Amino acid sequence: MALNSRIPEGPLDQKWTKYKNSVKLVNPANKRSIEVIVVGTGLAGASAAASLAEMGYKVKALCFQDSPRRAHSIAAQGGINAAKNYMNDGDSTFRLFYDTIKGGDYRSREGNVHRLAEVSTNIIDQCVAQGVPFARDYGGLLDNRSFGGTQVSRTFYAKGQTGQQLLLGAYSAMSRQVGKGNITLLNRHEMLDIVIVDGKARGIIARNMVTGEIERHSAHAVALCTGGYGNVFFLSTNAMGSNVTAAWRAHRRGALFANPCFTQIHPTCIPVSGDHQSKLTLMSESLRNDGRIWVPKFKEDAEAIRAKKLRPVDLAEDRRDYYLERRYPAFGNLVPRDIASRAAKERCDEGFGVNSTGEAVYLDFSAAIVRYGKAEANVKGLHNASEAEIVAMGKKVVESKYGNLFQMYEQIVAENPYETPMMIYPAVHYTMGGLWVDYELMTTIPGCYACGEANFSDHGANRLGASALMQGLADGYFVLPYTIGNYLADEIRTGAISTNTPEFEEAEKNVRNQLESFFTTNGTKPVDYFHKKLGKIMWNMCGMARNKPGLEQAIADIRQLREDFYKNVKVPGSTKGMNPELEKAARVADFIELGELMCIDALDRNESCGGHFREEYQTEEGEALRDDEKYMYVAAWEFTGNPSEPKLNKEDLVYENIKVSARSYK
Amino acid sequence: MNLTLKIWRQKSTNDQGKIVEYKVTDISEDMSFLEMIDVLNYDLVEKGDDPVTFDHDCREGICGMCSMFINGEAHGPNRGVTTCQLHMRSFKDGETIYIEPWRSAGFPVIKDLMVDRGAFDRIQQAGGFISVNTSGRTLDANAIPVPKEDADKSFDAATCIGCGACVATCPNGSAMLFVSAKVSQYALLPQGQVERKERVLNMVKKMDEEGFGNCSNIGACEVQCPKGISLENIARMNREYLMASIKPEN
Repeated sequence: MALNSRIPEGPLDQKWTKYKNSVKLVNPANKRSIEVIVVGTGLAGASAAASLAEMGYKVKALCFQDSPRRAHSIAAQGGINAAKNYMNDGDSTFRLFYDTIKGGDYRSREGNVHRLAEVSTNIIDQCVAQGVPFARDYGGLLDNRSFGGTQVSRTFYAKGQTGQQLLLGAYSAMSRQVGKGNITLLNRHEMLDIVIVDGKARGIIARNMVTGEIERHSAHAVALCTGGYGNVFFLSTNAMGSNVTAAWRAHRRGALFANPCFTQIHPTCIPVSGDHQSKLTLMSESLRNDGRIWVPKFKEDAEAIRAKKLRPVDLAEDRRDYYLERRYPAFGNLVPRDIASRAAKERCDEGFGVNSTGEAVYLDFSAAIVRYGKAEANVKGLHNASEAEIVAMGKKVVESKYGNLFQMYEQIVAENPYETPMMIYPAVHYTMGGLWVDYELMTTIPGCYACGEANFSDHGANRLGASALMQGLADGYFVLPYTIGNYLADEIRTGAISTNTPEFEEAEKNVRNQLESFFTTNGTKPVDYFHKKLGKIMWNMCGMARNKPGLEQAIADIRQLREDFYKNVKVPGSTKGMNPELEKAARVADFIELGELMCIDALDRNESCGGHFREEYQTEEGEALRDDEKYMYVAAWEFTGNPSEPKLNKEDLVYENIKVSARSYK
Repeated sequence: MNLTLKIWRQKSTNDQGKIVEYKVTDISEDMSFLEMIDVLNYDLVEKGDDPVTFDHDCREGICGMCSMFINGEAHGPNRGVTTCQLHMRSFKDGETIYIEPWRSAGFPVIKDLMVDRGAFDRIQQAGGFISVNTSGRTLDANAIPVPKEDADKSFDAATCIGCGACVATCPNGSAMLFVSAKVSQYALLPQGQVERKERVLNMVKKMDEEGFGNCSNIGACEVQCPKGISLENIARMNREYLMASIKPEN
């Protein structure tokens, strides 16, 4: 298949402007008779649904949760980037663009990323107008903080709940349109197939999760805003319900899946405590603004700490190894996520881990508490403040910045992070890969779009912190509303689309057959048994470090697991009515197929880049070693009917505006 | 630890429903409450029984989906946490735990511990927004300074997760804490002034239509709220409502 990314001609900073000036428009009267289905109501979906409805399209929005406000964007903590340069620290659209391309290890598209940087400032204006209560300083203006992989402060935030506030903003905009009747909201609905008529996306098949009914919904275009697929690892920071099913079913119908092996392992998560664990909890990257990461310098100290004979606060400063500050002096604790994660793994693999499993490092706030305490004392004119008073004041400042995160940590670990350093370890967090889209965010199925984490386009092989919120809202508020018109302008004569056609019939039957098949096996094992097994295979062999024999083994194991799953899975009840086990079974079936594709992709990419670290390809210092000559392309996989035999299509990446070089944060 | 669970089982909205007893064994103190239910459900599925249906998603206390009434308290015995953040170390070996759904006229049970909170969406749709279309060409975000104190108070109100613990806890089944949090968020910000009166009138009207009770200043909602939403918001909403009701539009 020939891939055309349809990047507009012209200078980089003129592409989007030029595109907007020449794109086809749909007049307001015609918009009223055109329907769009938006699947998913996170930042990308809610903002797209609201904006399209404001423009006059008839929108149907689906979410599997009981309300759009529950979508997992709500859990994003640290912030959202925008090139406002309010801090006067040298930020600009170009710098945000450059940082994003470099942070992604030169595996994303220049045109898309520059557009993202351009609209980033509009997002902040839009959200403030909506009443999103961002953090402000004493002058009443917006405050910023720093995130990894940058040397400026461009991250806007609302304590450790930025995602919540942004999502509730988009949800409020969406609610306004639901109230007006411009959006039909379908809560507790799950998309299970896409319907293609004459080569175009014309609707979906969805299951009403309360009644169990299989429903047909038609539309002139379908936008998949369904998030990432991190739950393929079973344990991740994703919500329990986050899944790949909508994207995967579109893939099975012809949408290419790009760079599936590019997954982000986030360095600062609460470590795994036991086999019972159902999910992992992130501790925001913003904590690396003020927290210093360390392990003991000497193995005997690490052993003593693991045996609980030594407390970390009692370990002398010169017996600690602040390994990120040591290895990467220019960026220190704020190196990008992939680098921070690998560095933590390296120390723990060497035997310096600090919890009972040996898989944890410290994130320490004691220095920040003293620093903030001293500043507060100065502000208040308390020049003779005692050490205890300074610490008390410092704790207050830290609480105002990260209070909810510290509280979350204490709930889970039962330790007070104001008194003793946090223990953290990397965990699966985000997926840069996703459905292949062109500049207009259209997949290889005409009329089917993918926005936000569900697509692949902006983050390359590693996403920078606070850029997921930016991309989700950019796609939904400012990109799709323009680009979708270019397609829908040709649909004004189509009229209402009937669901009473052979294509809808076939898709519905396909869904029914799959769901019913789960009840015909005489299985004995619950869905979670298989999901956990899949997760272990993926984490061990397609996780933070990968190699050829491991990936080959993983592929063989997954094939066997798939066979075992269909023979031995046990789903109680029936297709009728509420049945969470049935929902899980359908999702895990897709995760198993995706897992295999991820390993195939990782095996095919004989280089290390960003989050994809192949042990065979590293520098002497253990840094990722790219092979630009052979692998500077997007791997876009085509479904051939057999999940084990995907077909590879390549989109070459062209860099005209920046010099491609080895990524250095030293 | 070994525990006895007494769980509300109800097949559908119109089913009668009853408490059913279960035993779980070998529960670790480090498990979250929902992971303990996962263990029970795994066993039930293996035995061919119907697992307990409950709402949950993020499991980190922010999505607002989980909603269990545990030993007579919304989200269980601890303060400032949701059910998913509650850990088994808060219980004793051998204990009997009662688990029920949110109970309120405004929240019909769908199945077992899962209820329909669609009323909250509908209240939001009645006025919980600032009417600004997507354009990205509104004022520059820094054009209107907002005093830090107002911004912080607005944020505190906006941290409501819409779980409905306030309604479930209130003897009157009142949704005043939820509604007042949204009203306060916007009333405290300059952006929210234009629609200030209409907003509170419309949201309160919808709240009444949905069958939620009135507030009689009991204050249980504030105590049980996992996000510490303050009663101050209800006082503010009452003032807002009064002002909007008595002042003529022009």
